[in-house]
Amino acid sequence: MSALRVLKSAEFDLLQIRRDFPALHQKVHGKPLVYLDNAATTQKPKAVIDAVSQFYRSDCSNVHRAVHALSERATNAYEAARRTVQQFINARSEREIVFVRGATEAINLVMNSFVRPRMKSGGEILISVLEHHSNIVPWQLLAEQTAARLVVAPINDDGELMLDEFEQCLSSRTVFVSLAHISNALGTVLPVREIVQMAHARNIPVLIDGAQAVAHAGVDVHELDCDFYAFSGHKVFGPTGIGVLYGRENLLDEMPPYQAGGDMIRTVTFEKTTYNDLPYKFEAGTPHIAGAIGLGAALEYLKRVGIDRAGAHERGLLAYGTELLTAIPGLRMIGTAREKIGVFSFVLEGVHPHDVGTILDRDGIAVRTGHHCAQPVMERFGVPATTRASLALYNSKAELDALANGIRRLQKLFAISG
Amino acid sequence: MNDIEIADLYQELIVDHSRRPRNYRRLENATHQAEGFNPLCGDKVKVYVDLENDVVRDISFEGEGCAISKASASLMTETIKGKSKAEVEQLFSRFRDLATGTGDGSGLGKLAVFSGLRGFPARVKCATLVWHTLRAALEQTANIVSTE
Ligand SMILES: Cc1ncc(COP(=O)(O)O)c(C=O)c1O
Repeated sequence: MSALRVLKSAEFDLLQIRRDFPALHQKVHGKPLVYLDNAATTQKPKAVIDAVSQFYRSDCSNVHRAVHALSERATNAYEAARRTVQQFINARSEREIVFVRGATEAINLVMNSFVRPRMKSGGEILISVLEHHSNIVPWQLLAEQTAARLVVAPINDDGELMLDEFEQCLSSRTVFVSLAHISNALGTVLPVREIVQMAHARNIPVLIDGAQAVAHAGVDVHELDCDFYAFSGHKVFGPTGIGVLYGRENLLDEMPPYQAGGDMIRTVTFEKTTYNDLPYKFEAGTPHIAGAIGLGAALEYLKRVGIDRAGAHERGLLAYGTELLTAIPGLRMIGTAREKIGVFSFVLEGVHPHDVGTILDRDGIAVRTGHHCAQPVMERFGVPATTRASLALYNSKAELDALANGIRRLQKLFAISG
Repeated sequence: MNDIEIADLYQELIVDHSRRPRNYRRLENATHQAEGFNPLCGDKVKVYVDLENDVVRDISFEGEGCAISKASASLMTETIKGKSKAEVEQLFSRFRDLATGTGDGSGLGKLAVFSGLRGFPARVKCATLVWHTLRAALEQTANIVSTE
């Protein structure tokens, strides 16, 4: 009996997991919600909602400021969340964990405080075709302002980064490499370990944009050996408005602050201000305290579920869904990398993604349609937009069946006059 | 599928015009033209008009977009041919009222087929983009109009 229980607790209990997410249990247009827009944002487990609510109900106070009990509780909870993040991604020290608004702000911080001072005219920043706009536009801005050049590593027809071609993009002019860990538009997992090695062999620092990775793959920044790692809380079951920049301590140390204000200083006089220690030097102003606490709770939740077990479940869904969807006549899957996570980006012959999105919505099925903030990817595959269904650990085979059925029915609708 | 509302929106006439849009070409002797763009979904449309004495002698369009935007453009061009600028304005205001659920579609002829839009506020812009573009062409105020 007890042995059975142990076995059970090590299993992936999908029903229990679904019960942990209140938002999943609702009807949309009279149909049970099928939430397949997880690459945009994930739903939140009760553990996260409760942690945020607990903060506002009883611990609400500013951090690092006062000696009263509430401030101490708030500070402790905020710093405990930082430790959770540090352990979750296996950073060496809490000083390497900077709370920011999200992946976007993390990338902008590195662009301004690390890359800008090193950039020289004719210097190059290397990214890939697969990037989200937030890992393109900051570098374009910097390139414009410093007469530098943006170099874009190509992908193949499966949506995979090709390491040989990537290596050829590295040169003596490359100042910085900034790449996605996992593509939001296609689900491709990039060979980031090899990429970091190639860049480091030439002494080029690397940022990995992990916005799509943390909820789906174990992230170990120490093993990856990257210099910076960025992600958003809301894509890993945490609140919006909170995210993380991991940075190697010696690099963060030498970087100038990103924003200026309270909390990031040690002493201020009108003659001279000295900055606070890491990571506070980069956390000017009152932070998103409840958000950080919620993110900590999200990562603790994911740890309890087991990222490996969740990953195995999602791989099962990926295989199931790929077979199901590719069997639909007229459906073309965009992004067929060998290494990918549960993202189905596709186009349907004769039906525009916008119409697919509207019709599936009336079936209670939430998918994303459009360019997914990755217009260069769309251009690479010669499509203006795709429909994207993206998975999280709480999705089920039945939901993928609903998606496939919805697609087949909408195809009938569009065939009436054909 | 939530069949009634969906069937209301994607009526046979709309699906037909989206699949085989009429007047889908470039107009070589256009006197007026304009481009429209919806940055949210990437819909693009170009409207060509041959206007003589404030009457639309010929009209055509090109573009890329969803079924609603294609069908709207196609049906609009069919309806507008031979109409005066003043009549275009009147039709546009009736069409907009229909799409947003404040009008009954009277006097719109075939265009009344878009009455199902009232259940889909997010899709109203798909249908009205081509109208805004037509008006811009007639006014020749701006070359590129945007829904945003
Ligand atoms: C790969 C990738 N990078 C960066 C971002 C930006 O994240 P945020 O908008 O949370 O800052 C996203 C969000 O869609 C993403 O998918």
